[in-house]
Amino acid sequence: MIQLLADVLSWVCLLGGSFFVVVGALGVIRMPDLFTRLHAGGITDTMGAGFILVGLMFQGGISLITAKLILVLGFLWFSSPVSTYALARATLASGQEPFWSEDLEIPDTARIPGMVYPVDAMGEADAGSGEEEE
Amino acid sequence: MFIVTALAILVAMALAMTRALLGPTVYDRVLAVNMFGTKTVLMISVLGFLTGRPDFLDLALLYALINFIGTLAVLKFFEYGDLGRRVDTGREA
Repeated sequence: MIQLLADVLSWVCLLGGSFFVVVGALGVIRMPDLFTRLHAGGITDTMGAGFILVGLMFQGGISLITAKLILVLGFLWFSSPVSTYALARATLASGQEPFWSEDLEIPDTARIPGMVYPVDAMGEADAGSGEEEE
Repeated sequence: MFIVTALAILVAMALAMTRALLGPTVYDRVLAVNMFGTKTVLMISVLGFLTGRPDFLDLALLYALINFIGTLAVLKFFEYGDLGRRVDTGREA
Protein backbone atom coordinates (compact mmCIF):
# COMPACT_ATOMS: atom_id res chain seq x y z
CA MET A 1 0.00 0.00 0.00
CA ILE A 2 2.74 2.43 0.97
CA GLN A 3 4.73 1.24 -2.04
CA LEU A 4 1.79 1.89 -4.37
CA LEU A 5 1.30 5.35 -2.91
CA ALA A 6 4.99 6.15 -3.39
CA ASP A 7 4.83 4.89 -6.98
CA VAL A 8 1.79 6.99 -7.82
CA LEU A 9 3.33 10.10 -6.26
CA SER A 10 6.55 9.40 -8.13
CA TRP A 11 4.77 9.05 -11.47
CA VAL A 12 2.82 12.27 -10.94
CA CYS A 13 6.02 14.13 -10.09
CA LEU A 14 7.91 12.65 -13.05
CA LEU A 15 5.12 13.51 -15.50
CA GLY A 16 4.84 17.03 -14.11
CA GLY A 17 8.58 17.48 -14.37
CA SER A 18 8.57 16.25 -17.97
CA PHE A 19 5.84 18.75 -18.80
CA PHE A 20 7.74 21.66 -17.28
CA VAL A 21 11.01 20.66 -18.94
CA VAL A 22 9.41 20.57 -22.38
CA VAL A 23 7.54 23.84 -21.76
CA GLY A 24 10.74 25.56 -20.68
CA ALA A 25 12.58 24.35 -23.78
CA LEU A 26 9.72 25.51 -26.00
CA GLY A 27 9.88 28.90 -24.32
CA VAL A 28 13.60 29.16 -25.00
CA ILE A 29 12.87 28.50 -28.67
CA ARG A 30 9.81 30.74 -29.01
CA MET A 31 10.55 33.78 -26.84
CA PRO A 32 11.66 36.88 -28.76
CA ASP A 33 14.40 38.22 -26.51
CA LEU A 34 17.26 36.92 -24.40
CA PHE A 35 15.75 38.24 -21.18
CA THR A 36 12.45 36.54 -21.83
CA ARG A 37 14.33 33.40 -22.78
CA LEU A 38 16.04 33.53 -19.41
CA HIS A 39 12.62 33.51 -17.80
CA ALA A 40 11.66 30.42 -19.79
CA GLY A 41 14.93 28.73 -18.93
CA GLY A 42 14.29 29.31 -15.25
CA ILE A 43 11.17 27.16 -15.45
CA THR A 44 13.31 24.21 -16.46
CA ASP A 45 15.80 24.75 -13.68
CA THR A 46 13.31 25.11 -10.85
CA MET A 47 10.03 23.33 -11.62
CA GLY A 48 11.34 20.77 -14.11
CA ALA A 49 14.40 19.66 -12.20
CA GLY A 50 12.57 19.90 -8.88
CA PHE A 51 9.66 17.70 -9.91
CA ILE A 52 11.81 15.11 -11.67
CA LEU A 53 14.28 14.80 -8.80
CA VAL A 54 11.50 14.67 -6.20
CA GLY A 55 9.86 11.93 -8.27
CA LEU A 56 13.12 10.01 -8.25
CA MET A 57 13.34 10.53 -4.49
CA PHE A 58 10.01 8.74 -4.07
CA GLN A 59 11.52 5.82 -5.97
CA GLY A 60 14.70 5.87 -3.93
CA GLY A 61 13.05 5.73 -0.54
CA ILE A 62 15.02 6.63 2.56
CA SER A 63 18.53 5.74 1.49
CA LEU A 64 21.82 7.15 0.29
CA ILE A 65 20.29 7.60 -3.17
CA THR A 66 17.80 10.11 -1.80
CA ALA A 67 20.58 11.93 0.00
CA LYS A 68 22.48 12.27 -3.27
CA LEU A 69 19.32 13.43 -5.04
CA ILE A 70 18.81 16.08 -2.37
CA LEU A 71 22.40 17.22 -2.90
CA VAL A 72 21.89 17.48 -6.67
CA LEU A 73 18.62 19.35 -6.23
CA GLY A 74 20.04 21.73 -3.64
CA PHE A 75 23.01 22.53 -5.80
CA LEU A 76 20.84 23.11 -8.86
CA TRP A 77 18.60 25.45 -6.87
CA PHE A 78 21.58 27.45 -5.67
CA SER A 79 23.54 27.57 -8.93
CA SER A 80 20.71 28.21 -11.38
CA PRO A 81 19.71 31.70 -10.11
CA VAL A 82 23.37 32.69 -9.88
CA SER A 83 24.10 31.74 -13.47
CA THR A 84 20.86 33.32 -14.68
CA TYR A 85 21.72 36.56 -12.88
CA ALA A 86 25.28 36.53 -14.25
CA LEU A 87 23.97 35.92 -17.76
CA ALA A 88 21.45 38.77 -17.54
CA ARG A 89 24.07 41.11 -16.12
CA ALA A 90 26.63 40.22 -18.78
CA THR A 91 24.03 40.69 -21.50
CA LEU A 92 22.96 44.06 -20.15
CA ALA A 93 26.56 45.17 -19.86
CA SER A 94 27.22 44.13 -23.45
CA GLY A 95 24.70 46.72 -24.66
CA GLN A 96 21.76 44.50 -25.50
CA GLU A 97 18.60 45.93 -23.98
CA PRO A 98 15.32 44.26 -23.09
CA PHE A 99 12.17 45.17 -24.96
CA TRP A 100 10.16 48.15 -23.75
CA SER A 101 13.13 49.62 -21.98
CA GLU A 102 12.14 53.27 -22.43
CA ASP A 103 11.11 53.59 -18.79
CA LEU A 104 13.94 51.47 -17.45
CA GLU A 105 16.11 53.10 -14.82
CA ILE A 106 19.05 51.13 -13.51
CA PRO A 107 19.54 51.86 -9.80
CA ASP A 108 23.00 52.90 -8.69
CA THR A 109 23.37 49.82 -6.52
CA ALA A 110 22.95 47.55 -9.55
CA ARG A 111 25.49 49.32 -11.73
CA ILE A 112 28.90 47.94 -12.54
CA PRO A 113 31.51 50.63 -11.81
CA GLY A 114 33.00 52.13 -14.95
CA MET A 115 30.42 50.56 -17.26
CA VAL A 116 28.67 52.62 -19.92
CA TYR A 117 24.97 51.84 -20.13
CA PRO A 118 23.22 52.60 -23.42
CA VAL A 119 19.97 53.10 -21.51
CA ASP A 120 21.33 56.35 -20.07
CA ALA A 121 22.13 57.77 -23.49
CA MET A 122 18.66 56.84 -24.69
CA GLY A 123 17.07 58.60 -21.73
CA GLU A 124 19.13 61.70 -22.33
CA ALA A 125 18.16 61.69 -26.00
CA ASP A 126 14.51 61.47 -25.04
CA ALA A 127 14.86 64.29 -22.53
CA GLY A 128 16.71 66.42 -25.11
CA SER A 129 14.06 65.96 -27.74
CA GLY A 130 11.42 66.78 -25.14
CA GLU A 131 13.10 70.09 -24.33
CA GLU A 132 13.33 70.96 -27.98
CA GLU A 133 9.65 70.39 -28.41
CA GLU A 134 8.90 72.71 -25.54
CA MET B 1 7.45 5.95 -16.54
CA PHE B 2 11.16 6.68 -16.52
CA ILE B 3 11.13 6.24 -20.30
CA VAL B 4 8.53 8.99 -20.71
CA THR B 5 10.61 11.34 -18.61
CA ALA B 6 13.78 10.41 -20.50
CA LEU B 7 12.05 11.07 -23.83
CA ALA B 8 10.76 14.44 -22.61
CA ILE B 9 14.25 15.40 -21.50
CA LEU B 10 15.62 14.29 -24.87
CA VAL B 11 13.08 16.47 -26.71
CA ALA B 12 13.99 19.41 -24.48
CA MET B 13 17.68 18.78 -25.14
CA ALA B 14 17.05 18.85 -28.88
CA LEU B 15 15.19 22.16 -28.53
CA ALA B 16 17.98 23.64 -26.42
CA MET B 17 20.51 22.51 -28.99
CA THR B 18 18.43 24.20 -31.70
CA ARG B 19 18.59 27.44 -29.75
CA ALA B 20 22.33 27.02 -29.29
CA LEU B 21 22.75 26.66 -33.05
CA LEU B 22 20.30 29.46 -33.97
CA GLY B 23 21.06 31.91 -31.17
CA PRO B 24 21.75 35.36 -32.60
CA THR B 25 24.10 36.46 -29.82
CA VAL B 26 26.69 34.59 -27.84
CA TYR B 27 24.57 34.98 -24.70
CA ASP B 28 21.73 32.99 -26.27
CA ARG B 29 24.20 30.21 -26.91
CA VAL B 30 25.50 30.37 -23.35
CA LEU B 31 21.92 30.17 -22.06
CA ALA B 32 21.18 27.21 -24.30
CA VAL B 33 24.35 25.38 -23.28
CA ASN B 34 23.58 26.04 -19.62
CA MET B 35 20.10 24.58 -20.07
CA PHE B 36 21.59 21.66 -21.93
CA GLY B 37 23.88 20.98 -18.99
CA THR B 38 21.01 21.10 -16.51
CA LYS B 39 19.08 18.64 -18.64
CA THR B 40 22.13 16.42 -18.85
CA VAL B 41 22.13 16.24 -15.05
CA LEU B 42 18.47 15.24 -15.08
CA MET B 43 19.08 12.77 -17.90
CA ILE B 44 21.90 11.04 -16.05
CA SER B 45 19.73 10.76 -12.92
CA VAL B 46 16.77 9.32 -14.81
CA LEU B 47 18.99 6.96 -16.81
CA GLY B 48 20.47 5.65 -13.58
CA PHE B 49 17.02 4.68 -12.37
CA LEU B 50 16.01 3.42 -15.81
CA THR B 51 18.87 0.96 -15.97
CA GLY B 52 18.58 0.06 -12.28
CA ARG B 53 21.94 1.57 -11.39
CA PRO B 54 21.35 4.69 -9.27
CA ASP B 55 25.09 4.98 -8.68
CA PHE B 56 25.07 7.28 -11.70
CA LEU B 57 23.91 10.02 -9.33
CA ASP B 58 27.53 10.72 -8.45
CA LEU B 59 28.15 11.58 -12.09
CA ALA B 60 25.08 13.83 -12.09
CA LEU B 61 26.32 15.72 -9.04
CA LEU B 62 29.76 16.17 -10.57
CA TYR B 63 28.25 17.33 -13.87
CA ALA B 64 26.12 19.92 -12.06
CA LEU B 65 29.25 21.34 -10.42
CA ILE B 66 31.21 21.45 -13.67
CA ASN B 67 28.30 22.98 -15.58
CA PHE B 68 27.95 25.84 -13.10
CA ILE B 69 31.66 26.65 -13.05
CA GLY B 70 31.88 26.44 -16.84
CA THR B 71 28.97 28.81 -17.38
CA LEU B 72 30.38 31.39 -14.98
CA ALA B 73 33.84 31.14 -16.54
CA VAL B 74 32.53 31.67 -20.08
CA LEU B 75 30.35 34.58 -18.93
CA LYS B 76 33.21 36.25 -17.12
CA PHE B 77 35.38 35.84 -20.18
CA PHE B 78 32.82 37.50 -22.43
CA GLU B 79 32.01 40.26 -19.95
CA TYR B 80 35.54 41.34 -19.07
CA GLY B 81 37.50 39.84 -21.95
CA ASP B 82 39.69 38.16 -19.37
CA LEU B 83 39.39 35.47 -16.76
CA GLY B 84 41.22 37.39 -14.06
CA ARG B 85 41.36 41.05 -13.22
CA ARG B 86 44.55 42.77 -12.25
CA VAL B 87 44.39 44.07 -8.67
CA ASP B 88 46.12 47.36 -7.95
CA THR B 89 47.99 46.70 -4.72
CA GLY B 90 49.73 50.06 -4.66
CA ARG B 91 53.14 48.44 -4.78
CA GLU B 92 55.51 48.39 -7.70
CA ALA B 93 56.06 45.01 -9.23
